[in-house]
Amino acid sequence: MSHRPVPKLTDTSIEMGPLSARISRPALAVGVVALLAALGLGWAQGDDLRHFSFSWLVNFAYFLSISLGALVFIPIQYITRASWSVVIRRLPEAMAMALPFMALLTLPVLLNLGQVYEWASEHPHHLTPELAMHKAPFLNEAFFVGRWIAYFAIWTWLAMFFWRTSRQQDESKDPRLTIRMENRSGPAILLFALTCSFAGMDLLMTLDPVWFSTIFGVYYFAGGFVTFYAALTLATMGLQRTGRMRKIVSMDHFHDYGKLMFAFTFFWGYIAFSQYMLYWYGNIPEETAWYLVRQSSSWGAIGLVLCIGALLLPWAGLVSRWAKRRRSTLIGWAIWIMIMQWFNIYWVAMPVFSPEGVSLHLLDLLCLLGVGGLWVGVVAHLLGATSLVPVGDPRLEESLKFENA
Amino acid sequence: MTRDDRFFGLLVEFADPTRLEHACEKVRDAGFEHWDAHTPFPVHGMDAAMGIKGTRLPWIVLVGGLTGMAAALLMIWWMNAVDYPYIISGKPLFGWPAAVPVTFELTVLFSAFATFFGMWGLNGMPRLSHPLFSNERFKRATTDRFFIVVEKTDPQFEIAKTRAFLESLGGLAVEEIHDRAED
Repeated sequence: MSHRPVPKLTDTSIEMGPLSARISRPALAVGVVALLAALGLGWAQGDDLRHFSFSWLVNFAYFLSISLGALVFIPIQYITRASWSVVIRRLPEAMAMALPFMALLTLPVLLNLGQVYEWASEHPHHLTPELAMHKAPFLNEAFFVGRWIAYFAIWTWLAMFFWRTSRQQDESKDPRLTIRMENRSGPAILLFALTCSFAGMDLLMTLDPVWFSTIFGVYYFAGGFVTFYAALTLATMGLQRTGRMRKIVSMDHFHDYGKLMFAFTFFWGYIAFSQYMLYWYGNIPEETAWYLVRQSSSWGAIGLVLCIGALLLPWAGLVSRWAKRRRSTLIGWAIWIMIMQWFNIYWVAMPVFSPEGVSLHLLDLLCLLGVGGLWVGVVAHLLGATSLVPVGDPRLEESLKFENA
Repeated sequence: MTRDDRFFGLLVEFADPTRLEHACEKVRDAGFEHWDAHTPFPVHGMDAAMGIKGTRLPWIVLVGGLTGMAAALLMIWWMNAVDYPYIISGKPLFGWPAAVPVTFELTVLFSAFATFFGMWGLNGMPRLSHPLFSNERFKRATTDRFFIVVEKTDPQFEIAKTRAFLESLGGLAVEEIHDRAED
C-alpha cells in the first residue's frame, strides 16, 4: 500500500567490512597518542595533574553521556515495541557496548580524586568541618570508587544483554528473544534511571562539595540523550556516505531523528531552566553560589551562549518539518548540538578548576581527542564484528517500510 | 451545467484501498482540484497519491504561539511592574525567570487553540450536515468502502465528461450526490 517501493537489505551493504579497521585503528592510535601527550603536558603543568584531570573529566563525562543515551534508547524501543528504529538499532547497541571499555577511562579521575574533588582533598576550603563530617558517609573515597564499580557493572550487564541477545537473534531469527528483551526492558530502564542519575551527580555535581540539586541527574541525562541523537544522526549519515545502509534508512527514519533531537533539545532546556529558576527564586546563598560563579566573568558569557546556542537556536532550527527532512539541516544541527553540549559539560565542571574565568587550554583538546578517539575506535571496532542491521528482528520488515506521516 | 442548486458532485465507490489509491493518482493527474477521498481508516501514501500540498496550519499555530507569548509577557509585566508594583523577597519588579513558566504555558495554550480551531477553520467546521450524508452508499465510508468525491465547483467539472472519467476508474459504482438536508 506504500507509495514508495519497500527497500530490501540486498539493495545495500550492511557490513562494515574493512572500513571498521580503517576507522578504529587510526582512532585508537589518535586516542592513545593524545592521551599520552595530555599526560605529558599535564605533568609539565606541575599541579599534580589537577588541570589534566579536570580536562579528562569533562571529556569523559561527555562521551559517557552519549553511551548512556544509547544504553537507554535500546530498552525504550523494546518496551514501546517500536518498529521504526529496528533498522538502525545496531548503532546504539554498539555505542552502549563502549561502556565496559569506558570503565578504564575513569582511572585518570579515580586515581587523582584528591585533586579533583574537594571533599576528597586534604585541605577542603569550602567545607566546614561540621559539613564535611555530615557528608562523609556518602562522599568518601572508598564509597565513591565502590559506586563507580557498581555503575559500570550494571551498565556492562545491561549493554551486553541487549548486544548479545540481539546478535544471537541475527542467527536464530527467534522472535522469543524479542519478547525476552521486551520483558526485561522495564527493569532495565529503572536500573538505568537510578545509576545514570547517581553517576551524573557523583561525577559533576560533587565537584562542588557544598552545592546540591535534586534535578541534576536528569540534567546530565537530558544533555547526554540529545547528544546521543546527534551522534546517531552523524553516524548513520556517515555510514550512508560510504555506501552502507543506503535506502534501507530513509528520510522517514531521519525525520524521526530530527523530531527526537528537537524534543530533547527542549527537554534539556526545560530541565536546565527548572533547576535555575528554583534557585533564583529561593535566593539562598548555598544554592546560588554555584550559579554566581557561572554567571560572572567569562563563564557568564558561556552560560548565555548555552541559553541561545544549546536551546533557542536548535529549537527554532528544527521546529519545521522541512528542516527535519533534509540531510544538510540535520547534519548541521547535529554537529552544532554536539559542540554546544560539550560546552555545557565544560561550563558545569570547569569553573571549579578556574573560577576566575574560562581558560580553554590545549589539554582540553588533547583530552577530547584522547577520550573521543578511544570511544570512536571501540565503537567502530565492535561494529566490524557484526551486521550493521539486526537482520533477525521480527519487526525489521515493518521498519524497512516505515513512513513518517 | 449543474442540474439543480442541490447538486453537489459525483461519487465513485471502491472495494479496497489499493484501487482507491491508484484511482486517486489518476484524478490527481487529470488536474482536478475540488475533490476528496474518504476511507474508513488512514491509508499510508494517500497524501502523495492525492497530491495534497502542505498545510498552512503551522503558520497559524506560529502566530497563535507568538500571540500567547506576547500576551503573557505583557500581562506579567503590566500587573507586576506597572499596575501593582510590589517588591517581593528582594526580586526585581519584572524578573524574567519568574515570567518564563507562565509565558511557556500561555504559548502552549494559544498554540493548541490555534491548532485546534485553525484545523476547524481550514476544514470548514463546524457544520451540522454535509450533502454526502444523503447518499446510501456513503454510509459504508466508516466501515468497509472507499470513496472519491469530485465536487461540481471544480473548474474542470463537466457532468458528462467527468462522469465518464470516473466510470473509467474501475470503481463499483458512480453516483450523483444531491443535498437533501432540507427535505
